[in-house]
Amino acid sequence: MIYKAIVFLPLIGFLIAGLFGRQIGAKASEYVTTGLMIVAAILSWIVFFDIALGHSEGEVVKAVVMRWIQSGSIDVEWTFRIDTLSAIMFVVVNTVSTLVHLYSIGYMHHDEHRPRFFAYLSLFTFAMLMLITADNLLQMFFGWEGVGLASYLLIGFWFKKPSASAAAMKAFIVNRVGDFGFILGIGGVFVLFGSINFETIFAAAATYMPHEGAADANAIVANFFGMELTKSTAITVTCLLLFMGAMGKSAQFLLHTWLPDAMEGPTPVSALIHAATMVTAGVFLVARMSPIFELSPDALLVVTIIGAITAFFAATVGLVQNDIKRVIAYSTCSQLGYMFVALGVGAYGAAVFHLFTHAFFKALLFLCAGSVIHAVDGEQDMRHMGGLRPHIKVTFAMMLIGTLAITGVGIPFTPVGFAGFFSKDFIIEATYASHSPASGFAFTLLVIAAMFTSFYSWRLIFLTFFGKPRASHEVMHHVHESPQVMLVPLYILAIGAVVAGVVFKEFFYGHEYDVFWKGALFTSEHNELLHEFHHVPALVALAPFLAMIIGFVTAWYFYIKSPETPKRLAASQQGLYQFLLNKWYFDELYDFLFVRSAKALGRFLWKKGDVAVIDAYGPNGIAARVVDVTRNVVRLQSGYLYHYAFAMLIGIAALVTWMMLGSSF
Amino acid sequence: MTDWPILSTVTFLPLVGVVLLLLTGQEGANGRRNVLYISLATTVFTFIVSLFIWIGFDNSSASFQMVEKHEWLGTGISYHLGVDGISMLFVILTTFLMPFCVLASWESIEKRIKEYMISFLLLQVAMTGVFVSLDIVLFYVFFEATLIPMFIIIGVWGGKDRVYASYKLFLYTLLGSVLMMLAIMAMYWNAGTTDIVELLKHGFPAGMQTWLFLACFAAFAVKMPMWPVHTWLPDAHVQAPTAGSVILAGVMLKLGGYGMIRILLQMFPLASDYFAPMVFALSVIAIIYTSLVAMMQDDIKKLIAYSSVAHMGYVTMGIFAANTQGVQGAVFQMLSHGIVSGALFLCVGVVYDRLHTREISAYGGLVNNMPKYAVAMMIFTMANVGLPGTSGFIGEFLTIIGVFRVNTWVALFAATGVILSACYALWLYRRVLFGALEKENLKQLLDLSTREKILLYPLIALTIFFGFYPAPVFDATAASIDALVNNYSAALQAAQKLALAVTH
Repeated sequence: MIYKAIVFLPLIGFLIAGLFGRQIGAKASEYVTTGLMIVAAILSWIVFFDIALGHSEGEVVKAVVMRWIQSGSIDVEWTFRIDTLSAIMFVVVNTVSTLVHLYSIGYMHHDEHRPRFFAYLSLFTFAMLMLITADNLLQMFFGWEGVGLASYLLIGFWFKKPSASAAAMKAFIVNRVGDFGFILGIGGVFVLFGSINFETIFAAAATYMPHEGAADANAIVANFFGMELTKSTAITVTCLLLFMGAMGKSAQFLLHTWLPDAMEGPTPVSALIHAATMVTAGVFLVARMSPIFELSPDALLVVTIIGAITAFFAATVGLVQNDIKRVIAYSTCSQLGYMFVALGVGAYGAAVFHLFTHAFFKALLFLCAGSVIHAVDGEQDMRHMGGLRPHIKVTFAMMLIGTLAITGVGIPFTPVGFAGFFSKDFIIEATYASHSPASGFAFTLLVIAAMFTSFYSWRLIFLTFFGKPRASHEVMHHVHESPQVMLVPLYILAIGAVVAGVVFKEFFYGHEYDVFWKGALFTSEHNELLHEFHHVPALVALAPFLAMIIGFVTAWYFYIKSPETPKRLAASQQGLYQFLLNKWYFDELYDFLFVRSAKALGRFLWKKGDVAVIDAYGPNGIAARVVDVTRNVVRLQSGYLYHYAFAMLIGIAALVTWMMLGSSF
Repeated sequence: MTDWPILSTVTFLPLVGVVLLLLTGQEGANGRRNVLYISLATTVFTFIVSLFIWIGFDNSSASFQMVEKHEWLGTGISYHLGVDGISMLFVILTTFLMPFCVLASWESIEKRIKEYMISFLLLQVAMTGVFVSLDIVLFYVFFEATLIPMFIIIGVWGGKDRVYASYKLFLYTLLGSVLMMLAIMAMYWNAGTTDIVELLKHGFPAGMQTWLFLACFAAFAVKMPMWPVHTWLPDAHVQAPTAGSVILAGVMLKLGGYGMIRILLQMFPLASDYFAPMVFALSVIAIIYTSLVAMMQDDIKKLIAYSSVAHMGYVTMGIFAANTQGVQGAVFQMLSHGIVSGALFLCVGVVYDRLHTREISAYGGLVNNMPKYAVAMMIFTMANVGLPGTSGFIGEFLTIIGVFRVNTWVALFAATGVILSACYALWLYRRVLFGALEKENLKQLLDLSTREKILLYPLIALTIFFGFYPAPVFDATAASIDALVNNYSAALQAAQKLALAVTH
C-alpha cells in the first residue's frame, strides 16, 4: 500500500493541477502538488530505511496494480517491484522532486502558467517512479517514454520561444533514437528468454550461459540482423541494443546533443530532470539489467569505452562554455560518463553510489545557478556576471558546497570528504583495478576528466562570484538574495552533498554491500572488484585528488590571478578553442547528416516517388489513356460513379449467372 | 435474446434512419435541424444496440457467434452473418464512430445535408455488412458497396479538387475489385461453396493459393493502402469533408486489414507464408517512405494521411508475422488507429472550420488562445507517435515484437518508424501550436466549443483507457486469434510433411 501511495501521489497531484488548475488557481495547485510530494518523499525515506537498511530477508516486494498486456507469451502487468535499488531511486527521485517543487514556488512566481508547470513536474515524477519500480521491461519502457514526454513538455514550457520548442523536439527525437534500440532490445530479450518479466529473465540468466566446452557452447540460438548468434553473442547484441536506449536517455557520447539544448527549460526542470533523475535512468537500466549485462564482457567493454569518452568529451566542452547552465549541463553529461564506466567495469554499486551523491550536489548546483539567474534578472551568460559574492552570500555558500562536492574535495586515505570525493574515487579506483581490457584507457580519461571537472567548476565560481561586476548598473542595483522558499531546498541538498558520501559509502560499495543490496545488483562469481579496488597503488588512489588540485590552481590562476591568460590562450589556440566552443561541431554534423538529408529524401520521395512515378504511370497515366479513347466524358464526377456502379453490377450479374450455371450441373 | 437477429438489426438499422430522412424536408433551419437530429439519433441508437453484441459475446469461444443463415436464390449463396473475436470489435468501432461523423458535420456541411446524411448511413450499412458477412459473395457486395457512398461524399461535398480525388479512388479500387471477383469465382469453382465458414476449412491446393492470394491481395492492399498503391489516400483525405476523413481513416482502411486476416491468412496460409517476405518489404517501405514523405507535407491533412499509411504498414507487417503477438497487435493497431486517426482528423476539422485552410504555414502559436485544443491535439499526437500509455503504443509494440520473432531485419526497419513518427508529428505540432501568436487572423480564434468537446473528450478518454488497460480487447480477440495462429501453423506443417513425403 505504501508503495502504491508513493507512486500514485504525484499522479494525483498531476491530475488535480492539470485538470482543475484553472479553477483552483495557481496557489492551490502549487500547494497541492508540493504537499503530495512531501508526503511521498517522507514515505520514500521510510521505505528506504525499511528495505535497504532494514535487516529483512532480501525478499523482493511486489505490489500488483492491474493487468496490462496479455498476448500469447507476452504477459505483463502493472506491478511495482521494490528492492534496494528501487528504494534508493525512490529516495533520490522523491527528495529532489519535492525540493524542486518547493523551490519552483519561488522561482516561477512571475509565471502565469504555474498550474501547468507544477502539473508537468508531478507528471514527470510519476513517470520516473513507474520507471524505477518496473517489474518488466515494458513498464520500464512506459516510464522511460513518460519521462521523455514530461521532459519534452517542460523543455518547451516557454512555448513562445522558438528555441525552446526546437530544443524540446530535439530532446524527444534524440531520445527516440535510443528508444529505437531499447525496443529492439526488448524484442531480443523476449526471443532469448521467452518473457520480458524481470523475475523470469533473471532466473533464466543465472543458468543461461553454457559452461566452457559444453556441447551447446557454440550452438546457434538466434539470428539477429543476419548474424548467426551463439548464446554469448546473442546476449551481447541484446545488451548493446538496450544500452543504446540508455545512451539516449543518459546523453552519452553520440546521443548527447539534446542535453545542453534542454537547458532552454526553466532551471528547476534542469535540476530535477536533466541532472538528478531522468538522465540517470540509463544508469538505472544497466544496473537493473546487471544479471544479463554481467553475462557479456563485450557489451560491458562498449559501456566502459562510451562512458569514458563521454566523461572526457563533455568535460572538454565544459571548459569553455559561457552559459552558466550549459557548463553544468556538460558537467552532468561528463559525470554520467563516470557512472557508465563504473557499470562497464562491473562496479555496479559504485555507479549507483555516484548516481546517488551526484543527485544531491548536481541538483544543488543547478538550483544555485537558478538562484544566481534569478538574482541577475534572467541573465545566463557568465561574461555578464562577476562580483556577485557580496550580494548573494547564501547562494554563494551553497554553490561552494556543491562545487566542493563535485570536484571531490576530501582528505585522501581518511573518511573525511564531500560526497563526490568518495563516489568518484571509488569509480576511478575500481576502473584501475578492473580486468576490463579498457581499464587503462578509461582510467586515464577519467583522471583527465576529473582535472577538467575541477577546472570548469571553479571557473564557474570565479567568473560568477569573484572579480569586478560585469553586469550593467541597473542589474547590479537589483541583485537580491532569493526568498526562503528557494533557499531551504538548497540547505537540504547541501546537507546531502556534504554527508551522503561518508554516511553511505560502506553500504553502497563497502563492507555492508551484501546486507545492503540483498542481491538487487548482480555480479558474477568472477567479479571480485569490490575487494580488489581497495588495494590499488597509493598513487592511483591519489590521482583524482591531484587532478582536482591541478584543476583548481589552474582555474585560480586563469580567472583570479591573471585574467588575461585565458583570452591570450584562446586567441593563440583559435582552432582548438572554436572546436570546443562549438561542442566538437556535433550539431552541425548531425544537421548535415540526418536533418537535412532526411528532409531532402522526404521531398524527393514525395515529388519524384509519389508524384512523378507512381501517379504519373499509375492513375494519371491510365486516365490520360482513358481520355484519349473516350474524349467525351462530360460530367466527370457522376460519369465515373455510374461507370463504377455499372461495372460492379455487371460483375455481380456475371457472378450470379456463373453460380446458377454451376449449381445446375 | 439468442434468436433475435442482432447482427442484421445492427447492420440495417441505419436504413430506418434513411427512410425517415427521405420523409423529412430539409428546407429552412427547422428542416436542417430535423435532418441532423434524425441522423444523430439513428447512429447513437445503432451504437447502443451494437453494444449488445459485445455484451452477448462469448470471449472463450473461437467460433462464429450470433450466426444467422438463410438460403438465397437457391444458388448456394446464402445470407450468412456471424462474428468472431476478430470481426466483432470492428463492428463496434464502426457504430461507435458514426455519431462522431454526424456531429462533426453539424455546422460544416452547408448544402444538401439530407443527401449527405443518407450517404453516411448507407455507408454504415455497407461497412458493418463487410464485418458480419459469412458468405464471400455477400462480403464482396458489401465491400464494393462501401465505395459508392464514399465516392459521392468526396465527389459532392469535397474540396476543390474533389473530382480528381474521387476519380483516383475509383481507378485504384476498380483494379482491385475486378481481380478479387475473379478470385471469388475461382474459389467457388474449386470449393463448391461461397460460405466463408466452409471456405476456411477447405484448404485450397497450394498452386491455386498463389493466384487467389495475389488477386485478393490486390484488392486489400489498395484498401489498406499499402505502398505503392497508396497515393489515392492523401488526395481522398485532403478533399473529403472532415467526417469523410474520419470514416475513411477510421473504418474503411480497416476493411483491407480485416480482409487480409480473414481471407488471405486463413484461407491461403501457404501462399501467405510464401508471400510474407514481399509483404514485409512493402510494409517497411511504407513505414519509412511515407513517414519521410509525411514530414515534408505542407498540408495538415495530407501529413496525417501519410502517417496513416505508415501506421498501416505496422498492421500488414503484424498480420503476416502470423504469430499471436503480430496478429493481435495488428488488430489492436487497427482499432486504436480508428480512434486516434479519426480524432486527429476531427482536430484538423476544428481549425479548418475556423480558418478554412489546411496550410501548416497559415498557423502557429494556437496554444496561446486555444489551450484546450492544444491539450487534445497533444494527446492524439502522442498516441500517433506511439507513446506508451496511449492506445497507439500497444499495437505498434506487439507488431514489432511479433515480427522480431520472425525476421529481425523487418523489426529493425519497422522500429525506425518510432523515430520518424516523432519527427513528423512533433514538427507538425510545433509549427501549428507552439510559438508566439503573431498572425492577426489567428488571434480571434476561439477555443473548443461544447460540440467539439463532446467530439474530442470521449476519444481522449478511450485513447488513454486502452493505453493503460487494453485487456477488454485482448480478452475478446484472444480465442479467435489463437485458433487462427494454430490453424495457420498446422496448415504449414501439413504442407511440409507432404513435401517431405514426396521427396522421399
